Amino acid sequence: MRAQFVLSEIGVGLRRNLTMTFAVVVSVALSLALFGGALLIRDQVSSMKTYWYDKVNVSIYLCNKSDAKDVPKCAKGAVTAEQKKEIKADLEEMEAVEKVIFETVDEAYKHYQEQFGDSPMAGNITPDQMQESFRVKLDDPKQYKVVATAFAGRDGVQSVQDQRSILDNLFELMNGMNTVALFVMALMLVIALMLIVNTVRVSAFSRRRETGIMRLVGASGFYIQMPFIMEAAFAGLIGGVLACAMLIGGRYFLIDGGLALQDKLNLIEFIGWDAVLTKLPLVLAIGLLMPAVAALFALRKYLKV
Amino acid sequence: MIRFDNVSKTYPKQSRPALRDVSLDIEKGEFVFLVGSSGSGKSTFMRLILREERASQGMVHVLGKDLARLSNWKVPQMRRQLGTVFQDFRLLPNKTVAENVAFAQEVIGKPRGEIRKAVPQVLDLVGLGGKEDRMPGELSGGEQQRVAIARAFVNRPMLLIADEPTGNLDPQTSVGIMKLLDRINRTGTTVIMATHDQNIVDQMRKRVIELEQGRLVRDQARGVYGYQH
Repeated sequence: MRAQFVLSEIGVGLRRNLTMTFAVVVSVALSLALFGGALLIRDQVSSMKTYWYDKVNVSIYLCNKSDAKDVPKCAKGAVTAEQKKEIKADLEEMEAVEKVIFETVDEAYKHYQEQFGDSPMAGNITPDQMQESFRVKLDDPKQYKVVATAFAGRDGVQSVQDQRSILDNLFELMNGMNTVALFVMALMLVIALMLIVNTVRVSAFSRRRETGIMRLVGASGFYIQMPFIMEAAFAGLIGGVLACAMLIGGRYFLIDGGLALQDKLNLIEFIGWDAVLTKLPLVLAIGLLMPAVAALFALRKYLKV
Repeated sequence: MIRFDNVSKTYPKQSRPALRDVSLDIEKGEFVFLVGSSGSGKSTFMRLILREERASQGMVHVLGKDLARLSNWKVPQMRRQLGTVFQDFRLLPNKTVAENVAFAQEVIGKPRGEIRKAVPQVLDLVGLGGKEDRMPGELSGGEQQRVAIARAFVNRPMLLIADEPTGNLDPQTSVGIMKLLDRINRTGTTVIMATHDQNIVDQMRKRVIELEQGRLVRDQARGVYGYQH
């Protein structure tokens, strides 16, 4: 096969169909960017899950002095040392419990300052307002209910909170975003495929004279179809490169520069560059192959060989 | 070279067959005129040889191969042994004369050195030496048909199929084209030419095959166009 000949045919074909080529490039780029984005959101969710599920499970907040006035459950006053000892002993006896950590008021205040130190609200909070708590790590996080029923009504316990449920809302939101991204991607993909099929049809029609001669002089089907497939693959590859640029730019804008979520939400473990970079080969490969396959199918219909 | 055994062809959605029960042999090196009015089946006959269509019944052999049993991917190899010329030339308007001829070799992957040698040679043969770099639009009809013949012949086919090659040309130019086809025939290439041109058929005195409504009605060595036309 004469590479130079094939390449010049591709160049001619792409230029002849400049608007269609542009449409293919854009739609492929968008669908692949959404695809990559969905993959990255999934990574983000799973990285946050492992990070958080590992750290938080169930918190048993104990009554403090100010709760005694406001919270009915704590009407009997702040938790006593005896109550604390009992709770700790009972917790350690439970089978579902893996580890119990006691958080003092000072520690709670310190954590609070670390997390929300910059916000105006933090200035109004004093150590008195913080609560002592037991941080309970469960063998199986789903056993939350057992702990909740055992301790919720106890004297000295203000509330039992499954922190997983707070996070689950967030994860649900992210999974929802993921689904939306995948749905839009599917839609864009259909558009991209239809554009490719149409581009190939127009291209085959405008080159019917050449392909007719090729057929008559005995060019192989592969040779006749090659320029069309390469055209589609080339446009797809450009789309793939753009999608990669969007993913890299997107991560940079959201996490590092621009919105700088990394600085604003330092509680969240964000996915690293490696997560983005490992997606790029897949995005490029799909960008290259998907249009080529679509073109091949279109050619079966619109190009006689 | 070519053998038709009781060949019929009916196109889909048509009741009347385009070709009915045609049997004939064409030997290597023959020059055959194919005559008959429009719709008589001449084009179908040629399309069957090129395997653009398959016979509905009967067997078509071309170059010793049963076309019904020739798999699709082998068809291009078979077509490389055939050259085709049309009434409307079918040149690529944005390529020069030399590029048009070279195109037939490029697309079957001939090495560049071979192309560079073969193209001027065949252009000399058809009498277009020195016009390599002209565009088809700058040439007369006769010259354009010579380019088309050069393109059909550059791969040295065993068989040249010409579908009314003089249909768009004036009588004088047509004679030139016929002389060229005759010269190609003398190199050993079988030529099958469909035509409506009575003068040419009568002058050449070659084998004449006449079709009428899909039937073979005359096969005459050293024939004329028709008894009464």
